[in-house]
Amino acid sequence: MTATDGTLLTPADLAGNGVHGDDPDVHGKFGVFGGRYVPEALIPALDEVAAEYEKARNDAGFLREFDHLLRTYAGRPTTLTEVPRFAEQAGGARIILKREDLTHTGAHKINNVLGQALLTKRLGKTRVIAETGAGQHGVATATAAALMGLECVIYMGAVDCERQALNVARMKLLGATVVPVTNGSQTLKDAINEAFRDWVANVDRTHYLFGTIAGPHPFPEIVRDFARIIGVEARRQMLELTGRLPDAVAAAVGGGSNAIGIFHAFIGDEGVQLHGYEAGGRGLETGEHALTLTEGSIGVLHGSRTYVLQDEEGQTIESHSISAGLDYPGVGPEHAWLKDTGRASYHGITDAEAMDAFSLLARTEGIIPAIESSHALAGALKLGREMGPEATILVNLSGRGDKDMGTAMKYFNL
Amino acid sequence: MTTLQTVFARAKADDRAALIGYLPAGFPTKDGAIAAAAAMVDAGCDVIEIGLPYSDPLMDGPTIQDAVHRSLTNGTRIADVLRTVEGVAKTGAATLVMTYWNPIDRYGADRFARALADAGGVGTITPDLTPEEAEPWREASAGAGIDTVFLVAPSSPESRIKAVVGCCTGFVYAASLMGVTGARESVGEAAQGLVERTRLQTDMPVCVGLGVGTGKQAAEVARYADGVIVGSAFIRRLLDAPDEASGLAAVRELGAELAAGVRR
Repeated sequence: MTATDGTLLTPADLAGNGVHGDDPDVHGKFGVFGGRYVPEALIPALDEVAAEYEKARNDAGFLREFDHLLRTYAGRPTTLTEVPRFAEQAGGARIILKREDLTHTGAHKINNVLGQALLTKRLGKTRVIAETGAGQHGVATATAAALMGLECVIYMGAVDCERQALNVARMKLLGATVVPVTNGSQTLKDAINEAFRDWVANVDRTHYLFGTIAGPHPFPEIVRDFARIIGVEARRQMLELTGRLPDAVAAAVGGGSNAIGIFHAFIGDEGVQLHGYEAGGRGLETGEHALTLTEGSIGVLHGSRTYVLQDEEGQTIESHSISAGLDYPGVGPEHAWLKDTGRASYHGITDAEAMDAFSLLARTEGIIPAIESSHALAGALKLGREMGPEATILVNLSGRGDKDMGTAMKYFNL
Repeated sequence: MTTLQTVFARAKADDRAALIGYLPAGFPTKDGAIAAAAAMVDAGCDVIEIGLPYSDPLMDGPTIQDAVHRSLTNGTRIADVLRTVEGVAKTGAATLVMTYWNPIDRYGADRFARALADAGGVGTITPDLTPEEAEPWREASAGAGIDTVFLVAPSSPESRIKAVVGCCTGFVYAASLMGVTGARESVGEAAQGLVERTRLQTDMPVCVGLGVGTGKQAAEVARYADGVIVGSAFIRRLLDAPDEASGLAAVRELGAELAAGVRR
């Protein structure tokens, strides 16, 4: 089967257990990570979502519908693009991009929201709520809600509303209500708190359309499975294009959904290194970063046991990144597990390194990436220099940079 | 040290519900919290829950968020929470800590349980700890001889209520409504039904919290519950007061109104 005919998805593609046997256990644990640390009031709703998802993932009708939307609405499969001029800065290694930036709405987030919006309808709910950092998940959710006729409320930190004003306007145009969150650090983590507060009060008719692979079980599993198409396609396309698997896969990690999306299909391929790149912000020594996996410690945040940026008494430390989408002091529990088992490794990329890669890709290849994805690009440049000219590196270009023009104008004095 | 068992036996003997007040440590100030809790006890609270301020209080509404934010800005640490417990326990009220799980997890479950017992605390309420994840805390608490209170909610089916009450000692906290903390116009209609469903699973006292803020509401809840829990309404009095003395007076006034309510 080639990447362009037949169906995109089989039940095995969606369900991790059909492929590699690494679904979380019955309590939603990946090793010691994950689980559910939430008010008891939400447990029945989480059980309901988990049970409905279990039915959906094994239902040929659901898969057909999801597949159809991915193909005819999201624009899948997305292509691979080799970037030789960019790769000249990577010691001659081959760099190949998975072009999630070319999906409808401009980022990989559309994959998850279409799956969860279908799930919302199966649950018989008429309203979706979501958190958003950069605004990409909010835009994607508002898009899916418009498509399916669902009421939509998006919680967004007031600070993020300001730095991603364009996305706020997009969400409003799509018919969503955007609620600026003014408590705490006024960023993604506080938007998540506020969305949970809404959910517990309105759970009867509302689905919390969670945007990343963090949060209480079953969100880490569901979001992963809906994002998994990225790696399923890319693996097939790499074999077609190069005749073999890549030596390494690189992706940016905030909450971790685009990274798990491209990593997951390669987990069983022992020869393929998996590298996640977190936001190093202004640098480790400044304390202004989002180096959750590389510098954080194990704790509980937003309902899940995982790595967290926290002080010695368990108070969350505010993260920093030039990229709103990576500005999060927690991370999905499956990444915590992949880190501790050694299957994947995680590194920091500073704001400056990411912005260099951002402009380099634009100038050498005519592609303006999201600043989030630029962390993966910067990582690939380093990785190429380490691995040598024989190496082939697959990079998840998780989103496009249109939304980041305000930041770029300021940063580069454009 | 007054235990929860003593409190509920005494309330039962008086044919009334117990009154339980909540206040975060470090709010309005570190010493101010002890003074306000003492005023609450003075006015008739049998049990005081001292909140451990946490950066991500996802079960709390705007009033408690505001108080907790001020407390953290005041630099409140776990040592201050324990000092507050010590001060409040001396008043003769049974003193609990209400906290999200991560601060205990990070501090060390055994270490926290021992420190709390040493400070005169009699137990904890942990709103984001469910039976599936509660084992380490139950063991640590049993070791230190303190009670563990968990929550049931209107959405809880029989199987969940059974699992939760199986983890509780001291009492069961019944959340009156589906939502976050905060005083409301009326107490959720689901509360009485939830208490009744909980009583089918346990002989332990069942106390109702969330949304209670007036003497009238306290009286209404006291008709079917063993305890009435009030938090945001006390905090609101302190937030709205122009100075500490009038804040304490307002707290005392509300405490007296609620204490009369549970005796009606």
